[in-house]
Amino acid sequence: MSLSRREFIKLCGASAAGVGLSQLAPAPIVEALEKAAAGNPPVVWIMGQGCTGCSVSILNTVHPTIEEVLTKIISMKFHETVMAASGELAIEAMEKTAEEYPGKFYLVVEGSIPTDKDGMYCQVGTYHGNTRTILTEVVELGRKAAAVAAVGTDACYGGIPAARPNPTGAKSVMEIFKEYGIKTPVINIPGCPPNPDWMVGTLAHVLLYGIPELDELGRPLLFYGQLIHDNCPYRGYFEYGVFAKKFGDEGCRYELGCKGPETYADCWKRRWNNGVNWCVQNALCIGCVQPDFWDKYEPIYESLG
Amino acid sequence: MASCLTPSGGKKAAPAAAAAGPQKIVVDPVTRIEGHLKVEVTVAGGKVVDAKTTGGMFRGFEIILKGRDPRDASQISQRICGVCPTGHCQASVLALDDAFGVTPPTNGRIIRNLILGANYVQSHILHFYHLAALDYVKGPEIAPFVPRYDGPDVYRLPKAVNDAAVKQYLKALDMRMKAQEALAIFGGRMPHVQGVVVGGTTEKPSADMIVDYVWRMKEIQKFVHETYVPTVYQVAGVYMDLFEVGTGCKNFLSTGVFPLDNEDKTHLLKRGVYTEGKDYPLDPMLIREQVKHSWFENYTNLHPFEGRTVPMYPKSGAYSFIKAPRYNGKPHEVGPLARMWITNPPVSDHAKRFLGVSTSKEVPFRALGDKAFSIMGRHAARAEECALIVDKCIEWAMQLKPGAATYKEAPIPASSKGMGLNEAPRGSVTHWIVIKDKKIDNYQVVSPTLWNAGPRDDKDIPGPIEQALIGAPVPDPKNPVNVVRVVRAFDP
Repeated sequence: MSLSRREFIKLCGASAAGVGLSQLAPAPIVEALEKAAAGNPPVVWIMGQGCTGCSVSILNTVHPTIEEVLTKIISMKFHETVMAASGELAIEAMEKTAEEYPGKFYLVVEGSIPTDKDGMYCQVGTYHGNTRTILTEVVELGRKAAAVAAVGTDACYGGIPAARPNPTGAKSVMEIFKEYGIKTPVINIPGCPPNPDWMVGTLAHVLLYGIPELDELGRPLLFYGQLIHDNCPYRGYFEYGVFAKKFGDEGCRYELGCKGPETYADCWKRRWNNGVNWCVQNALCIGCVQPDFWDKYEPIYESLG
Repeated sequence: MASCLTPSGGKKAAPAAAAAGPQKIVVDPVTRIEGHLKVEVTVAGGKVVDAKTTGGMFRGFEIILKGRDPRDASQISQRICGVCPTGHCQASVLALDDAFGVTPPTNGRIIRNLILGANYVQSHILHFYHLAALDYVKGPEIAPFVPRYDGPDVYRLPKAVNDAAVKQYLKALDMRMKAQEALAIFGGRMPHVQGVVVGGTTEKPSADMIVDYVWRMKEIQKFVHETYVPTVYQVAGVYMDLFEVGTGCKNFLSTGVFPLDNEDKTHLLKRGVYTEGKDYPLDPMLIREQVKHSWFENYTNLHPFEGRTVPMYPKSGAYSFIKAPRYNGKPHEVGPLARMWITNPPVSDHAKRFLGVSTSKEVPFRALGDKAFSIMGRHAARAEECALIVDKCIEWAMQLKPGAATYKEAPIPASSKGMGLNEAPRGSVTHWIVIKDKKIDNYQVVSPTLWNAGPRDDKDIPGPIEQALIGAPVPDPKNPVNVVRVVRAFDP
């Protein structure tokens, strides 16, 4: 584990006091945890009904870089989009990880899990001649993992595949765990996609300090603790009643359909793509970290009622 | 083509295969692609004699879109693919522009090109270095680079070249990230952009935004011209036999992309079809989707305006959640090779050297001849295209007018229909919308994966990847590396 506490704080984009780490994790404890997490903990990243957008987003991580994450911080034993192996060789690598590190590997789930047709709406591999579904993998690997990170709104709350009329019976990791009585802790890192800092920051927190404090929706308060609207640089326009009537206008984006008033995330502070931009500056917030994202927030380009 | 399917009947059978007769090999999952794909091949005499590709995932976008606000289609449908969301987003807004009867202003058209262009660059770099290269380059001895297919002839690069390529793998990660940053300047963020809407784009460009875009693209331009393109030919030079493997159906389709006028009539990469050796103009009304071998109810051979997407699993004779699109009744390959073949632009000096020609005159892409229809031909086409687009993006950015409108408002029509013809980095993507009572009445998407990785059609003719797999040498059934090389060359 080469990520230092200092680097972690930099990643979180806040002072130590701001994230409460100085009280929570004095230096000796940090060192002990660093030792415990040493040896590049094994990670298995599986994909259900997703678009690979969460994986593409994490490739954009800046502190630490994706190279550091993959080669120094964790040992990525299975990830469909980046691993060298294919076919049986790949599935075997996943199975071996679960066998060799029971209760010690971390499972990341991207995409939702279809339950209709015995899960056959998402077939993800063949092992010993049998088709495996994402449902099988989430249940079997989920039971054996130390902790599970559901990345992206699909894995956290069902996302697009679960939007009405949900033709495939898509569900979230937490719903599946409840149905199957699986007790492994789940951290939700929603977003369509999640910001790379939310994913890498949560990973770093788990490795350095354990599971971060979560809200009632299972999201780390560190990243999802504040309302976009309360912190939006366009809030002044809102207070003075200056509203953009069409794209390109000056003013608050509320009347264009901005969902910032109901969305909890720190996009306003962290921004996207190495701080280049963010949705509200460019257009509007569509509420992509929220449960019931799509059905609750449509139409996108109409203001909240 | 049917002739591609005739077993080769070669006499030089590999010992293992000869003893066992024809042997089935299943590669599932085919990793390092977007989505879930399974490939099943039959090997006889050390070569693939039959192939089936299976798309194992269904999400139901077309069903979910029905009944929603038409403007939301571009946001929802771009979530089909996180690698090329802008390809879908722009196919969607083109369909909406068409249905709403609106034409974006020049600034809006250019910004759409800059957004899509940056996505092409990131997607092509990602594809070559991070998805395809590990079939030729030996990565470090740690996960996720091990385990991997191996054998005496799999990794042929001299050690120094291999080491350099591993360094490039890391540099390329940085370059693709920078392309995402350039995209986000006008797109809001990436993946999944907010900045593209029906009628244009959302943010007026300023001088500093233009500069921010250009310096990033210039850095990427240097990498593409000086590193990516020559490396592709260097690798290709060591794997010359792979210019003979992966031929495919040799029919190509391109809907045209990067409009050079506001009416979407002329394009940097041209609109057209190449069928059985001849060039034709594209008639979008000749596109059909067939489902005999797909897990869908038998609404088959329908034009996307009339298309139905109703899953049916299980279904006798079916083996994929991918439909089989056909143009004029025939399979067509889409993607960089199709676009470069149809547009036929001049190739780079690296390609000229590779072809062994020394001339100061322009040499067109088709000078590659039959070599183009292959694994390595597809990688070369993608690299050449990447170089062309990064150059053009820089040129276009300088044509923006700071502060000028990028967007034209248009109300939702009560009833209308529209088609959006676009090219994602990996191939033609068309969106088709029918609006009734200001809601989506029908929405169909024909994506590149359908064209290339689709199953057999109603006449049992295999899809382009299935055809391309025929003849691929598989001397060791435990290491079917050529099978995944063929599939990945398509970026399915």
